Amino acid sequence: MRKNSRHPNFQNLGIQLRILLIVNILATMAAILLSDNLNDFLPLLAQLSALVQPVLLLSMLGLYLLNPLFAKLKYWHGVLVIMLLEISFTWLVYIFINQLLAFGSSPEIFRACLLTVIVSAIVLYYFQLQERAYSPAIAEARLQALQARIRPHFLFNSINAVLSLIRSQPKRAETALEDMADLFRVLMSENRDLVPLADEISLCQKYLDLEKLRLEDRLNMTWQIDNMPSDAMIPPLILQPLLENAVYHGIEPLPEGGEIIVHIYTKLKELHISISNPFALQNDKHVGNKMAMKNIKERLKLHFDLEGSFKAESKNNRYVVHIRVPAK
Amino acid sequence: MTQNLKILIADDEAPARNRLRDLLADIVLSDIAHIEIVAEAKNGKEALDLAESCKPDVMLLDIRMPVMDGIETAHHAQKLAHKPHIIFTTAFDAYAVKAFDLNAVDYLLKPIRLERLQTAINKAHALQPNIIAALMAIQTPLQKARSHLSIHERGRVLLVPIESIIYLRAELKYITVRTVEREYLVEESLTHLETEFGERFVRLHRNCIVAPQFIVGYEKRQNDEKEQQWVALLKNIPETIAISRRQQHLVKQS
Repeated sequence: MRKNSRHPNFQNLGIQLRILLIVNILATMAAILLSDNLNDFLPLLAQLSALVQPVLLLSMLGLYLLNPLFAKLKYWHGVLVIMLLEISFTWLVYIFINQLLAFGSSPEIFRACLLTVIVSAIVLYYFQLQERAYSPAIAEARLQALQARIRPHFLFNSINAVLSLIRSQPKRAETALEDMADLFRVLMSENRDLVPLADEISLCQKYLDLEKLRLEDRLNMTWQIDNMPSDAMIPPLILQPLLENAVYHGIEPLPEGGEIIVHIYTKLKELHISISNPFALQNDKHVGNKMAMKNIKERLKLHFDLEGSFKAESKNNRYVVHIRVPAK
Repeated sequence: MTQNLKILIADDEAPARNRLRDLLADIVLSDIAHIEIVAEAKNGKEALDLAESCKPDVMLLDIRMPVMDGIETAHHAQKLAHKPHIIFTTAFDAYAVKAFDLNAVDYLLKPIRLERLQTAINKAHALQPNIIAALMAIQTPLQKARSHLSIHERGRVLLVPIESIIYLRAELKYITVRTVEREYLVEESLTHLETEFGERFVRLHRNCIVAPQFIVGYEKRQNDEKEQQWVALLKNIPETIAISRRQQHLVKQS
């Protein structure tokens, strides 16, 4: 078992749907195994459900409420808490049903609790596997491969631009090198945890200042971020690679340059980020483009599961990338 | 008698041009010959236009430029009356650099160093046609077809943007290139052009490919042999293009 296993976010819709699905599939399988034929199957399933569904719904509620606790506990302590929670819920439901409905031949209470523990263990193991599949380590390896591919163009061009400034405008060269240091500090750090949106924006601004050095008036930025929640948490380096794409594919191929529009707003407790750039028609469909997007998609999935989304489309001669994540 | 070495710089980024200018100022060729920067261009097309009048001895071409990239510029530059030596500059372009190494082409990696620039300037030589062909070939997987056709006319090189071409028609030895303004003649093969530009043109006839955005409609007409034949009507110009029997399905699709 890895040291830094984490419990899934039980407040996430995608996680909740998965729990519902797994438990109900297991219940259905149990009903199929226990029944001799189809006529038997449905009543049996109904009977099982009478016990399973209340426990399931209670557990989801309990996990939802206790979710903040799991972040603080060690993984194994968390597992223990979940198991105790499940056993007590099963117990409660069992006693309640027995008193209220008085089943003729209800299963033994010990057996019911054991089944609950096994099912919980299966669900937890599933989330463990899933976490490992989308583990930050793998995502990070991909990220690094990606950076090694895209970065050089920008890095060397920027160094060249700074060199050109040293003789004529040493002050500007200083600022540019400082910006570059800040940018690469973030790029080289282990980017695992969420960062405040404001941090990512300031990083993007440093990056764009460097691009502005090379592209001058060709690069026009419009920030529509007055209603942005600065303290919203997002994965690091979500915005910057997209801006880099926008510059590389949207601005550089145009002799007169163009405008990149960044629009950030919240709607229905969700954070929306959209970046649009001019779309040069006959121009290259570089592979780098796809790589960066795939990488961001994966990281959004890792962090937010079904609650995050990523869309890219071209309309009215502009290329628009749209990201939606829960605003926390 | 010695002459100044005339240099043209092409790069879309002003700082990159400044850097080259600074470095070139530091190079001393000999007591009598000096380096003279005759022109600076922001893209390949501009570079070719300037080269026509400035007649540079050496062109320093950035690879990734808008409008026309460095490699295509080098290709067209071969038709200039005063054929310049070419040195490419690039920040990072793995494919191109590999091709340059294979073909012993001069190139400079950004950030550019004084010594490297000096060596390159000293040994700069003209590109051979077969090397240009090899470089153009690596272009295709890298990005796209040429952005312009270069046409040699009365000692001048004319650049015709591909998107302005209405049709290309094979004549006896030449290809007629038709734009709204006029016709040009180039010495290329129609099949080759068709493969290079792919979906940009459709073949309407054995000897003619047409840009679909210029086709405004189709009409049935009687040809010289009194046969009924479909022709394509074109935007902005009076001529029509006959559609061969084998390509008539195109009419039905539209």
